[in-house]
Amino acid sequence: MRPESIDRLGYGYLGLILAFLYLPILVMMAMAFNRSPLYELPFTFDLVWFKALSNNARLIDASINSLWIAAVNAVIATVLGTLVAYAFARYEFPGKQVLRLLLLPPIAIPWLIIGTSMLIFFFWTGIGRGLHAILLGHVALSLPYVIVVVGARFAAFDPVLEEAAATAGASPVQVFTRITLPLLAPGIIAAALFAFAVSFDQFVISYFLAPPGISTLPVEIYTAIRKGFTPEINAISTLIILVSMGLMLLVARNYRFGGER
Amino acid sequence: MSRVEVTGVAKRYGAVAALDGVSLTFEDGEFFGLLGPSGSGKTTLLRMIAGFIEPDEGTIAFDGERVEQVPVHKRGIGMVFQSYALFPHMTVAQNIAFGLDVRATPRADVAHRVEELLDFVQLEGLGNRKPAALSGGQQQRVALARALAPRPKVLLLDEPLGALDRKLRQEMQVELKEIQRSIGITTIFVTHDQEEALTLSDRIAIIDRGKLVQVGEPRAVYERPRNLFAARFLGDANVLEGAASGEGVRLADGTLIAVAGGKATLAVVRPEKVDVGAATARGVDGGSNRLTGEVRQAIFSGASLTYHIRVPALGSSPFIAFVQNRTASAYGVGDTVSLSWPVADTVAVAP
Repeated sequence: MRPESIDRLGYGYLGLILAFLYLPILVMMAMAFNRSPLYELPFTFDLVWFKALSNNARLIDASINSLWIAAVNAVIATVLGTLVAYAFARYEFPGKQVLRLLLLPPIAIPWLIIGTSMLIFFFWTGIGRGLHAILLGHVALSLPYVIVVVGARFAAFDPVLEEAAATAGASPVQVFTRITLPLLAPGIIAAALFAFAVSFDQFVISYFLAPPGISTLPVEIYTAIRKGFTPEINAISTLIILVSMGLMLLVARNYRFGGER
Repeated sequence: MSRVEVTGVAKRYGAVAALDGVSLTFEDGEFFGLLGPSGSGKTTLLRMIAGFIEPDEGTIAFDGERVEQVPVHKRGIGMVFQSYALFPHMTVAQNIAFGLDVRATPRADVAHRVEELLDFVQLEGLGNRKPAALSGGQQQRVALARALAPRPKVLLLDEPLGALDRKLRQEMQVELKEIQRSIGITTIFVTHDQEEALTLSDRIAIIDRGKLVQVGEPRAVYERPRNLFAARFLGDANVLEGAASGEGVRLADGTLIAVAGGKATLAVVRPEKVDVGAATARGVDGGSNRLTGEVRQAIFSGASLTYHIRVPALGSSPFIAFVQNRTASAYGVGDTVSLSWPVADTVAVAP
């Protein structure tokens, strides 16, 4: 084949992948702005579903719950996970290898099983159900991701840099704030985003741990769809997609993932 | 500027002694080379002076003040690492300014000092680059400038030129020595490269298996090694072993080798001290030792020739001689040659 035709083939392949990834989302976003509740064409631009959304207290409450839990989860999981990654990278202690191995199974175990076991365990210990239980579950779920992501950053981080800073006169606190933290920042931010996404996406565990009357967005969307689909779901999804994509772009612009220039 | 005294320091890792009772004094303004094979403990000693390792025994003093309990950042040292350890998220200027910034130095002073150092290490105009955009030699200079910026009392160099290629390393050796002279800072450096140690140091110390083997000026240690290890570590050495006799060593075949210090069982001679000539008599003659042997290898390397010569009385290991390539004539494999060298260059050593 001639080089140009290989190029064209490559671009075609890329286009197909992009279409596969983004077409469903685009269709959904378009329908959020379509007047017809039954997905009828021709497309008529209307904000009627966004207006309906503003009156849907359940959906709004669930969204606020989700955002709160995701944000608090991101903070807690990132702080704890970074500390664990630090310990793994900088200290030798008995059982380190075993602990490292134990990190991975929770990523592989189906959420349904984790959710069930958490429900039983929380019931048994008296933690019960509720937003606090959901948060606890999400932190436990996102910790391994944070440790792995921040740990990868540590692996590319030469501890001699910290030594060099100390010889130049930096106190341990200065070494941490001026050398360690800035160099880990891309990893920590990526980990926080991961933790946020893991929590914001999480359906199974939230569904199991949510008591009647309280729910998170995925749970509420699931409940709403069971009752009958309304384009309000499209509207709220569109808002979420725009916000999260904006956030990702902002972060990607300011931090280079995967290394220094 | 400072005088560093290390007295009887020891460090053990389990049953292994990384350092075993080492005492050394680094004089004010001295360029001192710690030389030894890897695992000898030289790096442990340097890191102990830096404050990264606490000695199990012994003391370390800067200008008479004990520092074992002083943390790294308060010791007033500057250090250059083999990998340079430049901060990748900072520019060259920010790297150099780091030691001043952490001491809350006024901005104007920092800027001035950074300019001064950039100038000093010949990196004018590169202050805004990131370290990754610099060549190895330039990174090395930044590392040196960063170490010098806070005007440390002692400069520590850990294999400072180890990551550079040979030609650049030789250039940097000259430069490093000039810089050290002009500041007059007490400098301690670690290297496994004997040539580098001989070139740079005012004094060297050879360390082996945690113990000090020999300390002195490079020339003195090279010409008068105390033991076999020191002799071999600083270059090639032909070993002459036999029974002690009145004037020196008597080899297995009865040939007497006169030794500078007299009676000995073990002596060495450097390969460049040896003249290679047509076969003549053996034994001591007019202040020279003589042996005969058969050329096994003649290695031509431009300016010089290296002969590996089999001398029956010395067993299987070849006698090595370096000869300047002055004349076109050279001996070939199989030729019988006479080896002669001054008695004064025949040094008795401990095993």
